[in-house]
Amino acid sequence: MGEALSKPKSDVLQGTLALLVLKTLARGEMHGYGITLHIQQVSSDVLRVEEGSLYPALHRMEQDGWISAEWGMSENNRRARYYRLTAAGRKQLAEEEKNWSRLTQAVATVLQFAQ
Amino acid sequence: MSLLTRLKGLFQINRVERDLDEELRSHIDMRTQDNVAAGMSSQEARYDAQRRFGNSTLMKEDARAMDIVGWLETTGQDLRYAARMLRKSPGFTSIAVLTIALGIGATTAIFSVVDATLLHPLPYPQPEQLVSVVDDLPGVGAKDVGMSVPEWHDLQRSGIFEYVSPQGFGSVNLTGTSQPTRARFSAVAPNYFALLGGVTPQLGDTFNPEDQTPGFTLEVLISDGLWKRAFAADPGILGKSLRLDNDLYHVVGVMPPGFHDPGRTTEERNTEVWAAAGFAAAPAPPPLRKSHFLRGAIARLKPGLTIAAAQSRLDALVAALQKQFPDDYSPQSAWTVRLVPLKENVVGNVRQSLILMLGAVALVLLIGCVNVANLLLARTSARGREMAVRQALGAARARLMSQLLTEGLLLSLVGGMFGLAILFCTKAFLLQILPDSLPRLNEVSVNWAVLLFALVASLLAGVIFGLGPALHAGRPDLTHKLKQEGRGSTGSGEQARTRRVLVVTEFALSLVLMIAAGLLLRSFWDLLNVRLGFNPQNVIAVRLWLPIPNDPDTDIYKTPAQEAAFLHEILRRCRTLTGVEEVAVGDLAALPLGHGRDDLNPFPLILEGRETPSNQAPLVDASIVTPEYFHLLRTTLLRGRLFTESDNEKAPAVAVINETFARTYWPNADPVGQRLKLPTPGDRSSFAWTTVVGVLADAHTESLAESSVPQMYLSLYQRTAKDLAIFARGQLDGAAIPVELREQVQSVSPELPVFGAQMLNETVSASLSERRFSMEMVGLFAVTALLLAGLGIYGVISYIVSARTHEIGIRIALGAQNRSILHMVLRQGLRLAIAGAAVGLVGALIVSHLMAGLLYGVRPTDPLTFAGVALLLIAVALLACYIPARRAVRVDPLVALRHE
Repeated sequence: MGEALSKPKSDVLQGTLALLVLKTLARGEMHGYGITLHIQQVSSDVLRVEEGSLYPALHRMEQDGWISAEWGMSENNRRARYYRLTAAGRKQLAEEEKNWSRLTQAVATVLQFAQ
Repeated sequence: MSLLTRLKGLFQINRVERDLDEELRSHIDMRTQDNVAAGMSSQEARYDAQRRFGNSTLMKEDARAMDIVGWLETTGQDLRYAARMLRKSPGFTSIAVLTIALGIGATTAIFSVVDATLLHPLPYPQPEQLVSVVDDLPGVGAKDVGMSVPEWHDLQRSGIFEYVSPQGFGSVNLTGTSQPTRARFSAVAPNYFALLGGVTPQLGDTFNPEDQTPGFTLEVLISDGLWKRAFAADPGILGKSLRLDNDLYHVVGVMPPGFHDPGRTTEERNTEVWAAAGFAAAPAPPPLRKSHFLRGAIARLKPGLTIAAAQSRLDALVAALQKQFPDDYSPQSAWTVRLVPLKENVVGNVRQSLILMLGAVALVLLIGCVNVANLLLARTSARGREMAVRQALGAARARLMSQLLTEGLLLSLVGGMFGLAILFCTKAFLLQILPDSLPRLNEVSVNWAVLLFALVASLLAGVIFGLGPALHAGRPDLTHKLKQEGRGSTGSGEQARTRRVLVVTEFALSLVLMIAAGLLLRSFWDLLNVRLGFNPQNVIAVRLWLPIPNDPDTDIYKTPAQEAAFLHEILRRCRTLTGVEEVAVGDLAALPLGHGRDDLNPFPLILEGRETPSNQAPLVDASIVTPEYFHLLRTTLLRGRLFTESDNEKAPAVAVINETFARTYWPNADPVGQRLKLPTPGDRSSFAWTTVVGVLADAHTESLAESSVPQMYLSLYQRTAKDLAIFARGQLDGAAIPVELREQVQSVSPELPVFGAQMLNETVSASLSERRFSMEMVGLFAVTALLLAGLGIYGVISYIVSARTHEIGIRIALGAQNRSILHMVLRQGLRLAIAGAAVGLVGALIVSHLMAGLLYGVRPTDPLTFAGVALLLIAVALLACYIPARRAVRVDPLVALRHE
């Protein structure tokens, strides 16, 4: 019972989340809830971010130096923490995009072949 | 996040937490708002928003787990929780803390002695360059025969050493102060203090290393102790004159209070007067190459030279010298010179006993740890349900384990601190009970190394007994644990087995300790009760030195006739004292068990008909005594006769030998009437024939452990001796008689110091003081270990009984007799004890072989000791099981059947 709750998330999902977050922030600074909404909307509800894993991922990325954060006022006058890409984050985004396209190309190739 | 931010985070733990909370809250608020806008009720909206986050606590934990902040928080939490748990059961905590405190305190105490004695380098600069130089003649079986002056010069010129200095220890009559007193004296070369290096006197100067005086220089250095004792710390001491053995010297310096000579015994280390000499003029004998009168030498190697390198160069030098002087170095004697690190000189004898004690006390600590582990394990099993519930709620296994480990570490660290506190408080007392003969006692202190040792020992102990419960709690057998239904006292079978193993281990370790103690006790007892061969009861000995002035012509006790006159007067006067029945005088070698190696008079043994050159002859030790000596000490004459008054300077030289001597050198002939050649008194290069007139039974005058040492006695009226002991037998008043003897001696010659009064049976038992100390310590540890083991088995059996209360109740209800219940419980305990004894016997065999060198009169596999101790252990185990057994018998079946 206890194990299920503390099972770590799979690596692929984690990596994808980072890529999605970085891309989202490339458009400008945003708070956590905003990032969730954006990904959901843009992917037409196909991708729903696990909010339980969003903030740990944000924290991790902040530690790695890809994003930086500061407090600000949201649209409805609430205090929220806004995240933005750093220069290192931009480089990381480019890297991740390259890896992703390589991965998808490889999968596509295998699928064609296996036919 | 930069390092700075992280560090800032460290100090703002609460703020970080609050920030995260606020961030999450605002996220939830925003979603709630959107949900409401999409049509949900406000309650639903909030639930939905919150649910998406899942376990927010877990998420926060995950997030926090990533940095130092999180780690510190976790540890802090663990510590607080551990402290709370320990406070809740004060009984258990106090027993555990006390056990650990005693264990760590004792171990640290012994370690501090080992550290100061064996681990610290000697307190001189570059101490690894200091060596002692030892001459051996392995060809005739002689070790440490001493050095001659030309050899000393050869060593100095060899380029191997920076300085070489002979070291001669002794004592002198110090007069010119208020009371004539005896002072411990060291004769050295002028470069001695330069050799040791780095010591500045608190007043004045040391010797000039370039001094070339062939005899003694007129300058002496005194110790801080002597300055206070004999000169009342007179600040004008420099330049003051004093007389040593009637020769005039003046003081040029006072050494600082902590300074000690690197000597082998306490007396050597506490030198009070240093005098420098070239050893090439009176009172030294002529500096011939074969005259090995320099008793020992120390040296400082040239910088950069290792002992091994120096030794090989020295061997080459020795070979060259042997070729150059064939008359002085016969090939048979195989003269060698060996270099020994100076530290070995100082601590060599006690190394084995100290290691033994450290081992013993470490064993006690181990047993204590096992005991506490057992207690902790019992507590853990009682908390089995708590752990299971926590795991079910999502606690990670690792967290639980680290929690339990933290508890163990907290316990051990607190115990360690208490132990150190006890050590600090009892430090003064402990230093007092250490035997004086321990070298470097003044260096024993609680320094950083010792504190570090205490810390490491505490941590190790904590890991040892924290690991057990931690490993057990980690088992993911949740359903089983949750169903335990309060039979938490025993926990799983796994745990009970572990605790049984622990108890068996405790017993084994205790057995080892107790057997070691038993063997030491028997050795000691045997030594104490050894048949001495003489009777020390009611005999007092006082020491007396006749002065040895540098110029032999001024010596008033130069010839045996002169000394004989003095001795006769002393004997006559002492006999008049009340209570005194017999008086005799002998040299220091004649004081049974009261003299050291250096007080012996070795003579080369040249027997008639088997004459060998003197530098190849075996050496034998002789004592020089007046005729009354033999009867006073009640030694037994086997053949021939003893000395008489007529054996004086004008009569032929005579000797009395002991059985071993006779057996070794004249196995098939009557020793009485045989002749041997001894150096004439005063001139070691010429010899005179001496006739054996009597044979004594062997006696333990040299060592309690050995009686078969060849001994020879010569008459004080035929050969002078300067270091004397006056023996008096009778109904003596222990307090008054030393003073009375001193008055009698000083009425003959007022400037002679009389000192060192001791009843002879005290001298005999004092020779065992080091052994006694080891034995007492190991015995103390053994008793402690036994108590701990007994407590351990009591604990385990108690728990077994309370676990099986249900079963016992059923048995009683079904009609079982008290006796069978009793037997059942005792059998459990007996099985554990026997298992422990079996393992322990194997361990004890190994250990006793390792300590065989310390035993006397008992074999390391002595069956009596082994069997006796094993039986004692089993008896104690049965006793410890008896209480829980009685409790089992008194179980009320009705209560038990309802007991879950």
